[in-house]
Amino acid sequence: MKCCSRSLWHMSPAIAPLAASPPTIDPSATAFMIICAALVLLMTPGLALFYGGMTRAKSVLNMMMMSFGSMGVVGVIYVLWGYSMSFGGSDVAGVMANPFDAFGLRGVASTLEGVTKTVGADGTPVIDVFGSGVYIPEILFAGFQLTFAIITVALISGAVADRVKFSTWMVFAAVWVTVVYFPMAHMVWGGGLLSGAEGGIPAKLFGVTDGAATVAPIDFAGGTVVHINAGMAGLVLALVVGKRIGFGRTAMRPHNVPLVMLGAGLLWFGWFGFNAGSELAADGVASLVWVNTTVATCAGILGWLAVERVRDGHATSIGAASGVVAGLVAITPACGALSPVGSIVLGLVAGALSALAVGLKFRFGYDDSLDVVGVHLVSGLWGTVGAGLLATGTGLFYGGGFDQTLVQVVVALASLIISGVLTLVIALALRAAMGWRVADDVEVAGIDGSEHAESGYDLVARGGRVGVSGAGLQHDARHHEEITEGATS
Amino acid sequence: MKLVTAIIKPHQLDDVKESLEAYGITGMTVSEASGFGRQRGHSEVYRGAEYTVDFVPKIRLEVLVEDLDSEGVVAVVVTAARTGRIGDGKVWVSPIEDVVRVRTGEKGVEAI
Repeated sequence: MKCCSRSLWHMSPAIAPLAASPPTIDPSATAFMIICAALVLLMTPGLALFYGGMTRAKSVLNMMMMSFGSMGVVGVIYVLWGYSMSFGGSDVAGVMANPFDAFGLRGVASTLEGVTKTVGADGTPVIDVFGSGVYIPEILFAGFQLTFAIITVALISGAVADRVKFSTWMVFAAVWVTVVYFPMAHMVWGGGLLSGAEGGIPAKLFGVTDGAATVAPIDFAGGTVVHINAGMAGLVLALVVGKRIGFGRTAMRPHNVPLVMLGAGLLWFGWFGFNAGSELAADGVASLVWVNTTVATCAGILGWLAVERVRDGHATSIGAASGVVAGLVAITPACGALSPVGSIVLGLVAGALSALAVGLKFRFGYDDSLDVVGVHLVSGLWGTVGAGLLATGTGLFYGGGFDQTLVQVVVALASLIISGVLTLVIALALRAAMGWRVADDVEVAGIDGSEHAESGYDLVARGGRVGVSGAGLQHDARHHEEITEGATS
Repeated sequence: MKLVTAIIKPHQLDDVKESLEAYGITGMTVSEASGFGRQRGHSEVYRGAEYTVDFVPKIRLEVLVEDLDSEGVVAVVVTAARTGRIGDGKVWVSPIEDVVRVRTGEKGVEAI
């Protein structure tokens, strides 16, 4: 996490003061991070509400289930090989780490024989947070990272609302997080190609100082790994899966705007864990991040609403909720590098840009149903590049020259291409192997009934009885005979 | 006997109901309805995409009356439901063959 010149992994196991007394686990940082991890996990149910309210009533459950399905699949995989692939300690060509080094979090939950690791006073493996001398348990870092992987996969689902087989989605979640997300997390945060490590692309661009890139890329909490990645994957999936029946002709209005507002609120709340928690310690930077995250989001609301008021004549609720998310997305990579005023500028532009970008799908004819591209990709790109413009010290607008911005553009484009190509391969393979779409009549009738055998709302009693039709109906059959006999006699 | 059916604006319902009670009508049936006439629908905007909503919420009010009351009831409803703006609704009268009160079995005018 955080700025990659201070890549986490390469420093912690290396410093193993064999003779010195074991480091003390920092209780405040640990308590803070446990809460932050819980906050980030809450974002995914929040996202389910945000997305669920925006679909039509007949497919609300399927939409929400894609988020909850992601929680199930990705959470388990993360413990098995995800953490190992991103932060397992090894490095395969700067792209990923060995998935088996820390399989099942071995050596993370407790020490492993033959492996030298820094352990706390209670014998728990610890990490030295960015070399600051603050120690937190490594297993806590793994838990925190797990929640990021879950939300990233869940974000993609908004691009393919109303029409995708749940089984294909679940397989996609497993494959995509393994092939795209874990390597990307390694590349950016684990000391790989897109980090500020010596072997990374930024180091090749502007040289190396003290064993790290002179101009390190800024991605504090996941503009590239989470938002550009999910946004691009959403675009590719929307193209491969195809449009919903009636897209661009019939009205596909959000069925429950209050749910969307509630979801946006929960996302915002959880995002404090996402951004401030990425500092991995309760300190001054985390506090700055809290303020930057808030004020950029506030400005995001204003940016989106301003565009709507001028263009459409009304400031809408969905617009405010979307402005919240656009502001949050944009500030994510930049939150540790900007001043509060810089954050306002970043959020304002993000809200306005995304408000303009959501219309593109109608112009270009791709059905990114809930605007994953318009919000996450566009604001993710803007936040990553904008960090290069607005970073205090190294940013272009602060007299830092073009270097930082150029590094940001390179990293953003690299994420875009990696995510796009790999997602395309996965999506096409799954189309051939399993198929993405439910049958047309199922889609029109509503996917909830056929995929989940449920309906989101039962506002009008629809009759019926307990049990499956055909079984246990002898009584009814006899009854039916009596009625028909009565009618004929 | 006649059935007077009125499609009116939802917020005119209270006025219509009170006027009918004052006129001496003792029962009515009200249901929520949606539809459009010359008024057509209205437009809504979600994330910059404008949608035309065809069906506007309305109230359907039904009153059973004796033949000679029908004109008076129609006049009462029209007066009370009118706002003068587009979308005020419609009232129509249809003939009714028979009516039965379920509890007593009374028929015809007695059952109204």
